[in-house]
Amino acid sequence: MMGLVLATASVASLAPCLATIPLFAVNPFTEPVGVVHYLIVGAVLFTAGIACMTLKRNALGILMGIELVLNGANINFVAFASPYLRAEGAPTLGLDGQVVALFVILLAAAEAAVALAITLNFYNNHATVDVDRADDLKG
Amino acid sequence: MTGMLDMDIIDISTLTHVVPPLATTLAALPALPIAGINWHSVLFLLFAGLACGFAIAVVAADNVVRMALYLVFSLGATAGLFFLAGAEFIGAMQLMIYVGGTLVLLVFGVMLTAQAPLVSIKPSSSDRTLTAVAGASLLSLLLTAAFSVDAWRGPGVGVVPAPSATPLGMALVGVRVDEPPAGTPVGGRVGYMLPFEIVSVHLLVVLVGAAYLARAKRRRTPRPIDALASAMPVETVATAAPVATMAPTGRSAGGAKSALVGGGR
Repeated sequence: MMGLVLATASVASLAPCLATIPLFAVNPFTEPVGVVHYLIVGAVLFTAGIACMTLKRNALGILMGIELVLNGANINFVAFASPYLRAEGAPTLGLDGQVVALFVILLAAAEAAVALAITLNFYNNHATVDVDRADDLKG
Repeated sequence: MTGMLDMDIIDISTLTHVVPPLATTLAALPALPIAGINWHSVLFLLFAGLACGFAIAVVAADNVVRMALYLVFSLGATAGLFFLAGAEFIGAMQLMIYVGGTLVLLVFGVMLTAQAPLVSIKPSSSDRTLTAVAGASLLSLLLTAAFSVDAWRGPGVGVVPAPSATPLGMALVGVRVDEPPAGTPVGGRVGYMLPFEIVSVHLLVVLVGAAYLARAKRRRTPRPIDALASAMPVETVATAAPVATMAPTGRSAGGAKSALVGGGR
């Protein structure tokens, strides 16, 4: 139901904006996709990740939100790097975008390992993974 | 991409005697709108819908095990998007490192901490409403920014990219062999030898640190989770006391809070 609220609110807020864009007047089944289609997917993943990070009280849910945010950024890097999606006369990042995407994947793996170790320590010491109860340091 | 639909290989006239309905169906195929379908776009819509739908499902789900499953599907569909954009090496790395490594790690974390009251911690409904509003406004901001640049809005020219695994590997050791894009300044481009070394040492240090953080520790008091799991009967306290005094410091059990001893600290 949360997803329904989110989807309905976003569609309702975006409908007048999208209707003015000629991109959506064409048939998506016959037209080639461009960079902006990938940017839409990246924006949705980024927003879902931010919502996940702010909403979840489970520490592992927050970790999953971080993974979603990093993936949204990666989609943008790959889209800007792709010569297939490049519009006529537009510049492209070339191989650099793919290299950065590779580094992001590696750093996400490292971050997940450390964050998971911290979460397991927190669970061992507090018998919960609810981040609202991690308030030992409050003044 | 439209080559997949090339029906010229089948000689339709030979099929007329065998299965007339099939032959008439095949003959009518080019007249159908299916002939004009851009299969790259269709596959993009499929993977994009899967990625976005499961990402929203991760937010909407309360059960942490289902969240992990939805995240697997979303990241797998993202790998499909990478393949469609021509970044086949990045797509393969996404499948191997994310879906094969990071998510196995996450699922292990979920399973290790999946006590019954912790499996689904529900946020309050006011938090949900606030997140929905904030997420919708953030999404509209991002989409407005994405649509505001003309160079990003045109349909792709469809230049099939060269295989990128070899140029990627060469760039990571500092040699650029890929075609420079238009507008590249004369004088060469940077390789990625130094960032590659930094990231590799970073990964090593981080994994050693994670193993150190998550190692099994000797304790002078039982973990709170063990104390919660089984309330100790009175007669077993006497037998449990010698075990507790076997800790290397030799102090007696009975601190008010759990404390760590030994283990290199």
